[in-house]
Amino acid sequence: MYDVIIIGAGPAGISASLYAKRANRSVLVLYSGESQIEKAHLIDNYYGFKGGISGAQLYSDGIEQAKALGVEVLNEEVLNAVMNASMNYEISTKQGKYEGKTLIISTGNKRLKPDIKGVDDFEGRGISYCAICDGFFYRKKNVAVIGNEDYALSEADELEHIAGSVRIFTDGLPAPETEKYEVVTGKIKEFSGDAKLHKIELEDGTSYDVDGAFIAQGSAGGADFAKKLGIVINGNNIKTADDMSTNVPGVFACGNITGGLLQVCKAVYEGAQAGLSAVNYIKSKEKKE
Amino acid sequence: MSVTILDNDNFEKEVLQETKPVLVDFFATWCGPCKMMAPVIDEIAAESDAYKVCKLDVDEADEIAEKYGIMSIPTIMVFKNGEAAKSFVGVTDKQALTDALK
Repeated sequence: MYDVIIIGAGPAGISASLYAKRANRSVLVLYSGESQIEKAHLIDNYYGFKGGISGAQLYSDGIEQAKALGVEVLNEEVLNAVMNASMNYEISTKQGKYEGKTLIISTGNKRLKPDIKGVDDFEGRGISYCAICDGFFYRKKNVAVIGNEDYALSEADELEHIAGSVRIFTDGLPAPETEKYEVVTGKIKEFSGDAKLHKIELEDGTSYDVDGAFIAQGSAGGADFAKKLGIVINGNNIKTADDMSTNVPGVFACGNITGGLLQVCKAVYEGAQAGLSAVNYIKSKEKKE
Repeated sequence: MSVTILDNDNFEKEVLQETKPVLVDFFATWCGPCKMMAPVIDEIAAESDAYKVCKLDVDEADEIAEKYGIMSIPTIMVFKNGEAAKSFVGVTDKQALTDALK
């Protein structure tokens, strides 16, 4: 059991880890894929770096700094995050499961909604972002999972035992490695139906009858975890209070996922606050026990 | 006001025939995000008598859930004069819900 589990190793997540670790708490940081900051060729507006620093350098220095302080930092892709009966958080990665008293979401911002015609029209009427939440409504029905990576396969696994059939649609991307599911690789033209979703139409003219489509493109982002945990989101951003807490007790968010200025300085500040708030949350919980 | 529990039989009387605006929280006992919504729904109910607040377990009141095409929970609907006026899919900000009840 960790005191604090942090998803994301950018400036916000690492900053949160430093503050929580310095408060003598056990901290695990999980990350995967490319951070937005790594794409920044030169950051020359961040305090103290005369002549600037490359985003990739600042990113790897941050991870090294946290490791040197005793923070566990693991390159593992998070597939699912749920609250268990004792109000702790269970985080599943491809490699294992971890439990934390608190969770800090600092994944950066990823577009939650795909740019496919009909997505908005059928949200809650066939389009879903959470297999574990909505799978039950598709008992014995034909469902699609939109995506092509491990996250899509993990959502398909959630649905397999409930739905009548599960098909994976990659929307033009390469097929994932699976023998379990039928994979359709054509580019999607639109989701169609009447009051409910009935069809996925491809650009090549073929169409598939479906009752539900679960969006799981790329790796799971902060907003995906938020939906599963019951966190209020505005568009693609997690809503937080001044102390970086969300509406779910013990879950905090910081960095680009909360919206506002997409700057290192803002991510670092929010990370520090989230780390301290997580520690305060654990302290007050310990007092009650 | 307290929260009214809905089932297949009382929906017509409690929601459709109600003259005040009615908020209906479609939920299930197995739905994690729904549990985050529950205290907010209770708070809204306690704050005013100008509207009515109800909860509907989609497994118990399955006919109603089916009729309104509920396929994602939590879904919160606001009814005015027997008509569905607004629908929110997913955990929703309290302010947005109380605004819809005005």
